[in-house]
Amino acid sequence: MPSDGVNKKRRRFLVATTSAVGAVGAGFAAVPFISAWQPSARAQAVGAPVQVPLDGLQPGQILKVQWRGQTIGVLRRSEESLSLLPEVDAELRDPGSEQSEQPGFAQNESRALREEYLVVNMHCTHLGCIPQLIPEVGAQPFDDNWKGGFYCPCHKSKFDMAGRVYKGVPAPTNLKVPPYSYIDDTTLVIGVSPEGVA
Amino acid sequence: MAKAENTSATSGNKLLAWFDDRLPVSAFWNNVMTGYYAPKNFNFWYYMGSLALLVLVMQILSGIFLTMFYKPDAELAFASVEYIMRDVPWGWLIRYMHSTGASFFFIVVYLHMFRALLYGSHRKPRELVWIFGMLIYVALMAEAFMGYVLPWGQMSYWGAQVIINLFGAIPAIGEPLTEWIRGDFFISDATLNRFFALHVIALPLAILGLVLMHLVALRENGSNNPDGIEIKANKDENGIPKDGIPFHPYYTVKDIFGVGFFLMIFAFVIFFWPEAGGLFLEHDNFVPANPLVTPEHIKPVWYFTPYYAILKAVPDKLMGVILMGISVAILFFLPWLDRSPAKSIRYKGAWYKIMLGLFVIAFLRLGMLGMAEGTPAQTVEMRVWTFVYFAFFILLYFISPGAKTKPLPERVTH
Repeated sequence: MPSDGVNKKRRRFLVATTSAVGAVGAGFAAVPFISAWQPSARAQAVGAPVQVPLDGLQPGQILKVQWRGQTIGVLRRSEESLSLLPEVDAELRDPGSEQSEQPGFAQNESRALREEYLVVNMHCTHLGCIPQLIPEVGAQPFDDNWKGGFYCPCHKSKFDMAGRVYKGVPAPTNLKVPPYSYIDDTTLVIGVSPEGVA
Repeated sequence: MAKAENTSATSGNKLLAWFDDRLPVSAFWNNVMTGYYAPKNFNFWYYMGSLALLVLVMQILSGIFLTMFYKPDAELAFASVEYIMRDVPWGWLIRYMHSTGASFFFIVVYLHMFRALLYGSHRKPRELVWIFGMLIYVALMAEAFMGYVLPWGQMSYWGAQVIINLFGAIPAIGEPLTEWIRGDFFISDATLNRFFALHVIALPLAILGLVLMHLVALRENGSNNPDGIEIKANKDENGIPKDGIPFHPYYTVKDIFGVGFFLMIFAFVIFFWPEAGGLFLEHDNFVPANPLVTPEHIKPVWYFTPYYAILKAVPDKLMGVILMGISVAILFFLPWLDRSPAKSIRYKGAWYKIMLGLFVIAFLRLGMLGMAEGTPAQTVEMRVWTFVYFAFFILLYFISPGAKTKPLPERVTH
């Protein structure tokens, strides 16, 4: 093809605009493929609220239920363990739960709607393992001055009886509190906060 | 050229000539095999490249057969693997070939990479060979991770949990990103199904493409050698490197010998030690995945544990993830970090021997600590070796240009 008489400016313009339109088209074409990876309608339906009956749960006992595939612990705390909570404040990374994730109603010392019951997402905020509940007060292999709480077997993170994280462990924040509310005195529902469905 | 030579009357040559007129068969063979001159002083370390290619072929072949029996469904996956192991004729062999092959792939690749550190194979003009190699390594890590999820045992499930949650450390987009990777609010059937697709189609295609680029880039300048000097600097009157020998038959025969030796070891492990005491197949993975029960001690398979130790050594989640990312990413820059006039360890002097030695010890020790329980003493040791790991790269950059080297030879030595 002879190159004389070519309007180079016009050619560059056509190449640039064609490329731009092509790139926009490719961008739009990518949308369905990227969106296909998001939770499907079925997965979202399965993530519906869960009711938990509380009768029969004794102090120091924990009930684990699944909500959206997460393990949620419902722990009934004794007067004694509630009274020990302020004693560990100095050893905690976020005693006031300012950096942590919880509904507004749970941003308090006991991190609960009703002090007696701790409702907490059991997955460690480090890498998602499930810490063990060790409610006994006294020396443990990992802590000589243990006041009761949760201990993660994966990477040795420690949490107190309100799911608040200790200093010097890998977990960055307190255990998360899911949205929940009480239907009556002995039934709570996870996934619905007192204001409505999460 | 090939076309002119094909005048002999035998039917075989006629057939070849017929093809050569339509497809460059002889020209290609000559170009990559008989007419490709490789340095004559290759040693043991130069087996690893061809062995990596062999393992890749074995993984693809055994993998194709596994997909004929495996079910990528959270309800059926675990049982389908047991079905392969117990009921499918020779299924146990094909499955153990694949699972043992994964570990041997990493053994061979780590030795292959160590060879580059010994003789400076990543140095100019072979930087892209190294970059493509590193991309293969990263793709291989993704491939191995997703493959390990497929049997849907406890370690598959909880390993996936830990690895995917690493992305959750990224500020702002972390949470939605993990949800997008999982395709659910937790690790579920959706996650397994897409990992299967990536493991059997997307990543193998990517790896094959990268291997092709790795080889094309290698052939452009030819292999390095244990002396780290360019054989193309000394050519005879025909333009052939004086220290080069044709790749075929010399190195094809050498590599076939290596293949034979390798297959003996490989077969021994498949037949007598396929789990390698929990190293290649972890004990917890013989228990079906259970989202309600975390195994006592979660750890990745051995080939990831050095990086896992670096992650665990840092008491901050985001910083740990960043440092682990850097520990892999920094390897990409090796060709520019080593500024010594000598490429090979043979002419670099004692400083490099000490540094490389410490680096290897750090990598192995981190690998061992990454599998360990994680006592406070071990955490301190992990931090020390993490420091040594990174110190290697930083010191290399500053020490290598000035450090004394031995005089380089004119021709390769024996």
